[in-house]
Amino acid sequence: MSEAAATADTAAAHAPAASHGHAPAPGGNLWDGGVRPLGAHSKKFGMWLFIVSDSITFAALLFAYSYVRLSNVWPTPFHGHSIVTSTAMTFVLLSSSLTMVLAVDAANKKLRDKAVLWTMLTALGGLIFVVLHTMEWLGIINDHLMPLIKAGEETKSGWTMPMVWGTFFAATGMHMLHVTVGVGYLVVLALQYKNGKFKAIDIEVAGLYWHFVDLVWMFVFPLIYLMSAKI
Amino acid sequence: MSVAHDVEEEHEVHVHQEPKEFIWKYIFSTDHKVIGKQYFLLAIVAVVIGLGLSLAFRYHLATYTPQGMFLNPDHYLQAVTMHGTILVFMVLTTAPLGGFGNYFLPIQIGAVDMAFPRLNMLSFWLTLLSFLVLIAAFVVPGGPPVSGWTGYPPLSAINSATPGMGLGQTLWVGSIAIFCLASLVGAINFIVTTLDLRARGMSLMRMPLSTWAWFITAIIALLSFAVLFAGGLLLILDRELGTSFYIPAGVVFGAKELNHKGGSPLLYQHLFWFFGHPEVYIAILPGMGIVSHILANFARKPIFGYNAMVYAIAAIGVIGFFVWGHHMFQSGMSPYVAVAFSILTMTIGVPSAIKTFNWLGTLWKGNIEFTSAMLFALGFVSLFVSGGISGIFLGQNAVDIYFHDTYFVVAHFHLIMGVAAMFSIAAGTYYWFPKMFGRYMNEPLGKLHFWLTFVSVYSVFIPMHIMGLWGHPRRYAGFEYAFLNDPMIPSMHNMITAAAFVAVLAQLLFIFNYFWSMYKGAVAPENPWNGTSLEWITASPPAFDNFGGKEPVVNHGAYEYSVPGAEKDYIMQTDPPEAAPHAAAH
Repeated sequence: MSEAAATADTAAAHAPAASHGHAPAPGGNLWDGGVRPLGAHSKKFGMWLFIVSDSITFAALLFAYSYVRLSNVWPTPFHGHSIVTSTAMTFVLLSSSLTMVLAVDAANKKLRDKAVLWTMLTALGGLIFVVLHTMEWLGIINDHLMPLIKAGEETKSGWTMPMVWGTFFAATGMHMLHVTVGVGYLVVLALQYKNGKFKAIDIEVAGLYWHFVDLVWMFVFPLIYLMSAKI
Repeated sequence: MSVAHDVEEEHEVHVHQEPKEFIWKYIFSTDHKVIGKQYFLLAIVAVVIGLGLSLAFRYHLATYTPQGMFLNPDHYLQAVTMHGTILVFMVLTTAPLGGFGNYFLPIQIGAVDMAFPRLNMLSFWLTLLSFLVLIAAFVVPGGPPVSGWTGYPPLSAINSATPGMGLGQTLWVGSIAIFCLASLVGAINFIVTTLDLRARGMSLMRMPLSTWAWFITAIIALLSFAVLFAGGLLLILDRELGTSFYIPAGVVFGAKELNHKGGSPLLYQHLFWFFGHPEVYIAILPGMGIVSHILANFARKPIFGYNAMVYAIAAIGVIGFFVWGHHMFQSGMSPYVAVAFSILTMTIGVPSAIKTFNWLGTLWKGNIEFTSAMLFALGFVSLFVSGGISGIFLGQNAVDIYFHDTYFVVAHFHLIMGVAAMFSIAAGTYYWFPKMFGRYMNEPLGKLHFWLTFVSVYSVFIPMHIMGLWGHPRRYAGFEYAFLNDPMIPSMHNMITAAAFVAVLAQLLFIFNYFWSMYKGAVAPENPWNGTSLEWITASPPAFDNFGGKEPVVNHGAYEYSVPGAEKDYIMQTDPPEAAPHAAAH
């Protein structure tokens, strides 16, 4: 929440502008009602709360991964191709954070076309990430799981899989879901921003989400891939 | 990062007109008041189903003989599972927070609506979807699951365990996951609304305690449902994709060893109870807020120790996240960890006791009006004490090893989480009904409802404590009671079942009163109870924008009753500052 702290003084300076229609009580402070005390748009505050909650969901998934990993002998199946692909994915995703920053900056400077371009490029980065990741998944299923997943009988699908792949698909799958949703979000946002329906603040809020998804990957990548890499 | 956004952006939240068509006005409404009523209606439907199930299995227990049973053991467990799930999620979580919170939180802080009205609508419709998915388990082949409202694996992770563990359990997990999303969206909305949309002068320490309780509850929901969501996702993966998060090696089922290995059922228990214990507070904290609000109103006194009440709510919210292990003493836990969880559990008794003493302090020498709302609020305090005391016993790991999974536990959590929360819902309904519908509920019927309910719920749950002391286990469809070596048990089961029928049938009075009064009740004025907070300056029912175009300005604390030197025995929050010449500095 350093965001809130960082904007607190600006908020004081802009208190009337940040209010929802009236000035703060005479002699009152930011917390006395009539103003947004955090000095941020409500949408931005809401996205921060979503990020708090969602990071707890990811923390719980990574806790489950650690729990299972520590109570088993853990294989190291990632090498060569997997590591190269995942490194490329990491590079693409981090680059898309840079384009996102440029989109927010352009939107704040009211450079509408530029903001649309950078937002679309960010979405493209996310799309490349998803495509690379899907290929990676298919490769893993072919190389490691194809004979195995048919072995189980008690699940309805007739599949069981070793826990190294269970944790892999749970953590990366949840992350990929977030990237996929994010790509859709950015495309819709860019188009609607172009039409003037969305504002600069909406680009900024989407940026928060996008950086968060990138940040999660910076936990998933070392914990899932690098810690299980064969050197 | 710049915060210099345009002024016109700031206003877009509020520029929505009242829709004219029925479908947008009453069905797909973004008005927080309509959404609150929708939540409340959902809870009424759910409570009828949930209590109906309890009558079915209570009748089963009273008439049980090994030769003839009303329900077979599978059906018994299915009824218990659905009773618990429906009541915990669809009633205790939706009615006090989604229902009253939605309706009254924006009004009590002087806002026009929630911060995100469309997300508010989304969270209701997700909740309804979750309810329908859960109810669908009744009609699919195999019926609902048998794994209890806690859904413990390995049972819940194995599709073929019993008929209900197939599609029924899948629907159950799906329903819970959707409910988590609905709660997340709702929680974000509540928190942002409370901090951002307070009217001028509505400082945090002038907010009514009900608003404080909804606010803190939303924070708890934001942090805890996130963990249940992860736990539920992994359960879905175990069931559908053959992972083994919760299934260890060597589980033998149907004389065959399962292929799964590498997981642990304890992992699920940790994830579940990290949510599950805060969930208890999600159910009860709004009740505490509502009751505090009502006690001050009808005792005609300021709430005793307002600041302490706020800090106690917050403390309960924080400590509630560090006590989940007390649900797992029997699951295998280092004794040192168990002691830590025990001590933390005792700690939560301190803010709870602060609240109780402050309620008593509020009543002390008050000019008490025994309305139906007040009776239910007083009943809440009584149930909170008698249900809370047994929690002190259960929080000790040494004692819990004996009490675990007995009727003592059932009695404890029903009194404090189930019945006490229900009393707060009833209290809130009698209290706010005139505001919501412009008419009073019938008072004599309300008092009859109170006395029947109060006596019958104690008659249900006090004997259960005693049976638990004798070692009567929960979740058994039946067994040779002679095993417990006490001839009283069958007759106690009979008595509990009779009392349960009275308790449930008494709620029909309430539901009848609710719908009857909507059309036939006596017409209520703006401020029927001479209350002080902002909901009482609005019309009954409030205008679409709550305050009819005016922006309330708050000059007083939430509970300035019987202030010396004031004209009336209450000062409304919007009264001019000089209305209380000798008032305490608020």
